[in-house]
Amino acid sequence: MTIKPKQLLRQFVSWAALLPLASTVLVAYLGTVLWSLKISFTNSRTFPSDQYVGWAQYQRLFDNDRWLLSLQNLALYGVLFIAACMVLGFLLAVFIDQKVMAEGALRTVFLYPYAMSFVATGLVWQWMLNPGNGIQQAVRQMGYADFSFDWIIDQDMVIYTIVIATVWQASGLVMALMLAGLRGIDEEIWKAARIDGIPTWRVYVSIILPMLGPTVATVFVLLFTAVVKVFDSVVSMTQGGPGTASEVPAKFIMEHLFGRANIALASAGSIVLLLTVLLLVLPFMLVRSRSARVQAGKS
Amino acid sequence: MSSVSIQKLCVRFGANEVIKDLDLDVQQSEFLVLLGPSGCGKSTLLHSIAGLIDVNDGRIDIGGQDMTWADPTDRNIGMVFQSYALYPTMTVERNMSFGLRIKGTPKAEIERRVQRAAHMLHLEPLLQRKPAQLSGGQRQRVAIGRALVREAGVFLFDEPLSNLDAKLRAELRRELKLLHKNLHSTMIYVTHDQVEAMTLATRIVVMYAGRIQQIGVPSEVYERPENLFVAGFLGSPAMNFLHGHLKPDADSVRFESHGLSLDVRAYALRAQAGADREVVLGIRPENLQIHADGQFEATVSLIEPMGNHHVVWLEFDGKLLSSVVSGALSFCVDDTVRFSLDADRISLFDRATEQRL
Amino acid sequence: MSGTLAVTQPLRRRSRLRPARIGVYAFLLTAAAFFLLPLYIMLVTSVKSMDEIRLGNIFAFPIQITLEPWVTAWTAACTGVACEGIRGGFWNSVLIVIPSTILPILLGALNGYALSFWKPRGANVLFAILMMGAFIPVQVMMYPLVRILATLGLFSSLSGIVLVHIIFSMPVMTLLFRNYYLSIPQELFKAARIDGGGFVRIFLQLMLPMSTPIIIVAAIMQVTGVWNDYILGLVFAGRENLPMTVQLNNVINTTTGTRLYNVNMAATILTSLVPLAIYFLSGRWFVRGIAAGAVKG
Repeated sequence: MTIKPKQLLRQFVSWAALLPLASTVLVAYLGTVLWSLKISFTNSRTFPSDQYVGWAQYQRLFDNDRWLLSLQNLALYGVLFIAACMVLGFLLAVFIDQKVMAEGALRTVFLYPYAMSFVATGLVWQWMLNPGNGIQQAVRQMGYADFSFDWIIDQDMVIYTIVIATVWQASGLVMALMLAGLRGIDEEIWKAARIDGIPTWRVYVSIILPMLGPTVATVFVLLFTAVVKVFDSVVSMTQGGPGTASEVPAKFIMEHLFGRANIALASAGSIVLLLTVLLLVLPFMLVRSRSARVQAGKS
Repeated sequence: MSSVSIQKLCVRFGANEVIKDLDLDVQQSEFLVLLGPSGCGKSTLLHSIAGLIDVNDGRIDIGGQDMTWADPTDRNIGMVFQSYALYPTMTVERNMSFGLRIKGTPKAEIERRVQRAAHMLHLEPLLQRKPAQLSGGQRQRVAIGRALVREAGVFLFDEPLSNLDAKLRAELRRELKLLHKNLHSTMIYVTHDQVEAMTLATRIVVMYAGRIQQIGVPSEVYERPENLFVAGFLGSPAMNFLHGHLKPDADSVRFESHGLSLDVRAYALRAQAGADREVVLGIRPENLQIHADGQFEATVSLIEPMGNHHVVWLEFDGKLLSSVVSGALSFCVDDTVRFSLDADRISLFDRATEQRL
Repeated sequence: MSGTLAVTQPLRRRSRLRPARIGVYAFLLTAAAFFLLPLYIMLVTSVKSMDEIRLGNIFAFPIQITLEPWVTAWTAACTGVACEGIRGGFWNSVLIVIPSTILPILLGALNGYALSFWKPRGANVLFAILMMGAFIPVQVMMYPLVRILATLGLFSSLSGIVLVHIIFSMPVMTLLFRNYYLSIPQELFKAARIDGGGFVRIFLQLMLPMSTPIIIVAAIMQVTGVWNDYILGLVFAGRENLPMTVQLNNVINTTTGTRLYNVNMAATILTSLVPLAIYFLSGRWFVRGIAAGAVKG
């Protein structure tokens, strides 16, 4: 079968239109990842070198106390942040779904922090948690002279302050997504549960939550990605301090890319971050696409 | 088995009065069908009986007890929904037993009830499947099963067959009729489909605009409709309507319209004929016969073959009248034919009040 | 078994204010207070004098309202070397945001259109990789991108930062438009083909005009996202083009001498004004953006 010239032109045009997409994917995404991967196996410092050193940079990375601390912080932060956001976001969604008055106003209040930048959030909470002028001082002035809330300058507690600030910012997003999920549930399931005499809390736990599986999974992946990327909030709120107590991998990498001029080490760190993300996201996407194909096959 | 008694029910949504001053007595063990077009209030009435909607005024008794403000689960009812409303992440068995488990019913009793319902509805091989793995007809059976295990006195059905295709609908209709025959439970069934109403009901309640238009056994509602709405709603093709005058004569009563005059003395008028009045005459297509000795003349406008019969549309006096003819036809489109109206089978309605005379 | 209600009188209607209902409102109002507190403190601090702040209570309403901190923040705050206020950053952000919204939307629409209607061979592979790309931590791409831009002569320039924003927003924009176009019936497209439309004509005259809702959503997401960006602006914009967020952080965290908390808060509010305004004005559209962006694939 000969392809008519017009058909050929059409194919060409649609391919040409995708040129920006193709070049972005190949150069900016694939290309940079592969390049970083290459650099991580060299001993590049300020400029890329071609001298291969095998796994040396990775070994140095995991010998570096600051890197290990940043991973520790990230793990602790991640668990707390994701758990708090999911629970708070879910509860907010459930309670708002109870046909309350001023629902629109409440939703606006819970979601506006998400419209603010991470930098702004970090700065506001830095101010609020300032021991000398912030909440601690204010409560003391109100008469509780022994009140102490100086977590932000406490090496052991500072990571929790970042949790508080970012949970404040992101819970609204979780609420919005969960609420959309809740609203997508067939009204008649509620009616059937009422007739069956199932108490409201039990309906949420045994029927609604399992039905929201895909939504919960999506939210989890979004939150996880945000955790791995956390940088702006830390820089603005604590600058990684006090000392290095709130160091996070993203900040470690940035510093070694620019300030400390050790791009090989930094690249090794970024590849480790990448693998962490892929480890979670790849299975998620696979399950997603398989279930989507099953659904499509059914209809 | 119990009966349902509704007195002076009023249900309002905001400013909109959906049900006005409604009285209804449902007998024990009957299969009552609430029939009407969308928005007539039949679903609202059913939901009020179930307790899913709060009423504004009136009283609902179920099984002799006042249930106007009782929780749905305390009303001794079971309900089947249009979209089945099965719990998607639970197996069939769990779907049916979940409510009983919550109530703390002993395991043996749950097992007995589930097995009984599964047996009645041929669900035994499906007990461990999830709703997503079932067909529409199977899902509906599970929904019925979930209502059955409650061993309630009254079963409520909210347009349960609307989501199924025509063939499945006919099949499940028969199963429902058998179910009623075996259980002898009181069943209240909402539908807009008159075929379902006619085949399933022991009594039909025709509703429109929040009010009951007529209650009666299917044949009664079909053959002697109380008003123009009921007359036009039941029957397919719809009843033919002719506008004219009722002229009482010395010894008979005649219906006169443009081009048609009919002796209707055989018609059982409710009140004395009185003076000349404007009326509407209704005659069903099957009672309008086309034959060579017919009283009136018309042109064949359209013929719809239906398999074992034909629907023939006649143009008469500027209107289209339908007639049902079984067997082969002896005429074609555009032919002139003669037809008669079976005077024993007509309905007369007052033009202004639309009520049956 | 059924409830045993041996009553002769009708039960009373359920009271509207059951304890459970009170609990719901209590929780929601407490949460609302938690969410509103920082906003309140930001506003209140920004209109107090420094004396009041030093002596006073962070929660206290200002005794005397002064707009001086706002003026200082806008015109005189020190954003690194210069002390010209944060207004420079504001205009930089505007100059960055406008092209960084228009171009990604156009490209996203083009990509989505091509992917959902024309489906050229191999395009799905590209799309899948692009979707994965959305999850790649920016640090992995950072150094290579710096080198690429330097080679193109675009590093530390306005065009450079815009290009970077285009690259990083392509996954979400493409996803938004692709999903939107998938929800448009194929029959419409086929009818246009039968009518003789080609790739470009169908795009410009049929699909793009139909895309108003999703363009609004995309614009809201993109403006908010680019305006609030910090790390990309920090690295790629260059000192003359630093966006407001970067300058804000400079104002607050790199000052020597006394810290002017009221000026800091005023600067923070000024930086957040644009996205907050968009949020409060756009209402449902903002939420639609979140929902659409979250439904990946």
